[in-house]
Amino acid sequence: MSLMNAARKILLALAVPVLLVAGWWLATAGSASFFWPPLGQILTAFADTWFSARFVTDVLPSLGRLLAGYLGAVVLGVALGTAIGSSRTLRGLLEPVLEFFRAIPSPVLVPILMLFAGIGDGMKILVIVSGCVWPVLLNTVEGVRALDEVLGDTARSYRMRRHSRLIHLVLPGAGPQIAAGARQALSIGIILMVISEMFAASNGLGFTIIQFQRSFAIPQMWSGIILLGLVGIVLSMAFRAVEARLLRWYTGLRTAQREG
Amino acid sequence: MTADPTGAPARPRSATTAMLDVRGLQKIYEGRGRSVEAVRDLTFTVAAGELVCIVGPSGAGKTTLLRCIAGLLDTTAGEVVLEGERVTGPPPGMAVVFQEYGRSLFPWMTVRQNVELPLKEKKVPKDRRRRLVQDSLEAVGLADAQDAHPWQLSGGMQQRVAIARAVAYEPHLLLMDEPFAAVDAQTRADLEDLVRSLWQRLGVTVLFVTHDIDESVYLGQRVIVLSNSPTVVLEDVPIDLPAERDQLTTRSLPRFAELRSHVYELIQLAKSGHRPA
Repeated sequence: MSLMNAARKILLALAVPVLLVAGWWLATAGSASFFWPPLGQILTAFADTWFSARFVTDVLPSLGRLLAGYLGAVVLGVALGTAIGSSRTLRGLLEPVLEFFRAIPSPVLVPILMLFAGIGDGMKILVIVSGCVWPVLLNTVEGVRALDEVLGDTARSYRMRRHSRLIHLVLPGAGPQIAAGARQALSIGIILMVISEMFAASNGLGFTIIQFQRSFAIPQMWSGIILLGLVGIVLSMAFRAVEARLLRWYTGLRTAQREG
Repeated sequence: MTADPTGAPARPRSATTAMLDVRGLQKIYEGRGRSVEAVRDLTFTVAAGELVCIVGPSGAGKTTLLRCIAGLLDTTAGEVVLEGERVTGPPPGMAVVFQEYGRSLFPWMTVRQNVELPLKEKKVPKDRRRRLVQDSLEAVGLADAQDAHPWQLSGGMQQRVAIARAVAYEPHLLLMDEPFAAVDAQTRADLEDLVRSLWQRLGVTVLFVTHDIDESVYLGQRVIVLSNSPTVVLEDVPIDLPAERDQLTTRSLPRFAELRSHVYELIQLAKSGHRPA
């Protein structure tokens, strides 16, 4: 029964993608347009382009920068968010400023960051951090602020020390909110990874796609875009797996509350 | 603790030693442009090993009083002295069982981890910690639920976990803030008996806050009746019922009915705004 269910789920999940690909295939099958090459041609280009040295020279560096920037942003966001969320004074001081910085679209920071961080990996990682940190930070602040009072009183009455309150109460309690922020940050991170490579770069996915476009290697360009989509899917699946593991208690609690 | 599972020497238990001394306690909440006097002047003593109930009409500042004793709230005037030490923050020899069991257990921890965490904080050695967790969960009848998460348990069972956690902590004073207000009547009777038996076995001092008159008379050796807010002590009623109590016989004793009526009258007086001269 559960096997049937699983099979059904997979079928449902795959139905629309399969239809879209089939539609694309049929619509472009006999295409003579230079800009809309047949899907078959794009897929051939995909294999030739990415199952090659390019994977090491372009895909891996991109992913490395994404990972470094994203994890940096999560750590920074959670650390700052916990501090700000725990202190009413800090919140009062910083909240207006945070709203301002959050409202600035990170891509406009690229030219500025280039001025003092150069055009190397450091700049690109900084761009990713500068965009990803906000949803994590703001959600952490909210999560920490909304911690249950009774739980806080319990921790105090058992004289839990600061750092163990942080580990056992604040971080797990804010966990669901932190995860929500981290999920938003992931898609922002992928966008910024590509954008940061379009300005000044010598490798990376964004750089390669722009190169293909400028040299009229249209099927290759399309294959790069498909690859970006696939990267997005894989990363979001990985994120969900980690989240499901870390927040298993939360899912259980929610289910129990719904049924109760 | 007297019934120390490891056989450590029992704490001397004498009715003349004050475990808890509340003197002239006053609490005024300062709001924007107006202040509310919740508690005016409370003075009472709880001897070591006593089980005292505090009962009052709703809004009598029972929770305020309890939070002041627990060191979770600053007092405006007066003082709370626990075992000779003035309370300025949560004291080491005290454990609190809150009314909102669902919100006082850590949902990301298992039952065992919940009970064990305060012991880790107290730096109890591992072997002894295991023993205390095991014993206290057995005492509340939840030895089999150690690996469950709190939200997998019923309300009454969750409150049992909170009680086990408090008991494992080996407090000298156990504060209970309307702990059974949110459980059904049958579970409530079981939990009342659990509190009585734990108190008798462990020799811990218990201060039990409730709004339920029957519960206060059934449980306590004394019932302190509070006035309405701003709160003072209306009367300190000694409960001269036999030490062995059970839901059926104790509650049908004529003396139980008398005491219950007396406390009931006091509460009615308190509601109508009566204050001691």
